[in-house]
Amino acid sequence: MSHDRFSPSDCSKRVRIGLFMSAFPATRHSIVAAMRSTRPDERRSAFDALVTAYWKPVFKYVRLKWHASPEDAADLTQGFFTRAFEKDFFAGFDSSRARFRTFLRTCLDGFVANARKADARLKRGGAVTLIPIDFGEAERELRHQAGNLVDDFDAYFHREWLRSLFACAADRLRTACMARGRADRFAVFEQYDLAPEDGDRPSYAELARRLGLSATDVTNELAAARREFRRLVLEALREQCATDEEFEAESRALTG
Amino acid sequence: MISEPALDRLSAMFQGPDVTGTRYQLISVLGRGGMGVVYLARDTVLEREVALKIVERPSDEANEARILARLEHPGIVPVHDFGELPDGRLFYAMKRVRGDRLDRWMATERDLAQRLGVFLRVCETIAFAHAHGVIHRDLKPENVMVGEFGEVLVLDWGVARLPNAEGGSGIAGAIVGTPDYMAPEQARGDAGVDHRVDVFALGAMLESIASSAAPVLAIARKARSAEAAARYQDVQALAADVSRFLAGRAVEAHRERLIDRLSRFGRRYRLPILLVLTYLVVRLLFLWLMRI
Repeated sequence: MSHDRFSPSDCSKRVRIGLFMSAFPATRHSIVAAMRSTRPDERRSAFDALVTAYWKPVFKYVRLKWHASPEDAADLTQGFFTRAFEKDFFAGFDSSRARFRTFLRTCLDGFVANARKADARLKRGGAVTLIPIDFGEAERELRHQAGNLVDDFDAYFHREWLRSLFACAADRLRTACMARGRADRFAVFEQYDLAPEDGDRPSYAELARRLGLSATDVTNELAAARREFRRLVLEALREQCATDEEFEAESRALTG
Repeated sequence: MISEPALDRLSAMFQGPDVTGTRYQLISVLGRGGMGVVYLARDTVLEREVALKIVERPSDEANEARILARLEHPGIVPVHDFGELPDGRLFYAMKRVRGDRLDRWMATERDLAQRLGVFLRVCETIAFAHAHGVIHRDLKPENVMVGEFGEVLVLDWGVARLPNAEGGSGIAGAIVGTPDYMAPEQARGDAGVDHRVDVFALGAMLESIASSAAPVLAIARKARSAEAAARYQDVQALAADVSRFLAGRAVEAHRERLIDRLSRFGRRYRLPILLVLTYLVVRLLFLWLMRI
């Protein structure tokens, strides 16, 4: 399987091998708020969605900032999410003091620092419950990111989170297009906007030829796909924010 | 995986409007205002640059486009095209005007006559709009463009309003405008404001662009009287007073002292006075020489 191009079906698969194998409820509310739910099933669903959104940025961040080997980073990522669920790390999040993303990263740094101190004990006791996440995919992505020279880890974590946010919105877009019988719409978006390199982007005429559409259809489908993609990104962003105010601030930051 | 270039591309999609499917390509941001953003764009069909305005609230955009389409005047930027973006926002393309905003134009050395000349051109445009029942409601130097060839254009008609069909001269609505240029009744959100809010704003503009001469300052103060009834009752009356000043005549808004009147008389008739004085001096000299 090629890993050079984004593969939404892979993303979908990874989403479903998260913590508890459960899909997030169809009605999308804040997963941060849902993690405080007294209903265990709702809390688990929310946590699963959180892992889906953050496991890859967390893994890459641990690899680069903490100079962890791929195996150690995978263990630490799984350990972090498991411990966070068991110990209710995120219950203490106060949206008036920081973004959730910043809070999560602070918790992660604390967790990794403690885990490093307790490294020997962990190996002996095996206190971490392993979660089946495809870290190999994240590791391959890391190798693709030229140089991996990072001096601002805050910005790096933000960028990886944004990549994860866009990837899952693209996955949702693909699912929605397929369900509505609009495969061409996603194909136009994938080949034009998700093209790995700028030089690989086909012209509208070339796309039209490839997909057997008219040039006008290509621009119309691309416009519709982008409109839907924007909506799905904002929907996913809303789920990851605890309050309306945090969502407004995050969406303002996204839209410039 | 979403590659680095794709990530940049998708991020950019959120930074600016999506003009996919239109004939325009965005180049840069020309300006931002409360009502929207104006982009420098390329019209790929006619291969020319245009100013593309996009606002968040479609009703405002439609309002401005309708008003601009109604007003065909050399002092008002013409609208070329109007449409809807993929995200539902509306846009319209206007002629791209090269030049300086009036506030920046004034920052360089300009004499009083040049400044007042520009002001009178603004007055002509606003008088034309009023004659067509349109009130600008946000006049200020930032909304006036002085072109490369001296053309003067009034921009940003986004909050302009047509009078109510039933109410005649009255207009209703939220408080809009810029505080320093807003008439008291406009700032209060009164329902019955009329074209005299523009007279007030012009007075504020006049004060900011040419307050060095006492008669001009008096004109500006009269135009921006707190009570609408105490202002010039229309833009033509205001412009006429400024024109009188430029012609060296007495202005309505300024009560002159005798010394001021004589001084103005002297400036206005400088040449005839000099000729008469010269004649008298030569005559006296001639008489004196004849006695010798």
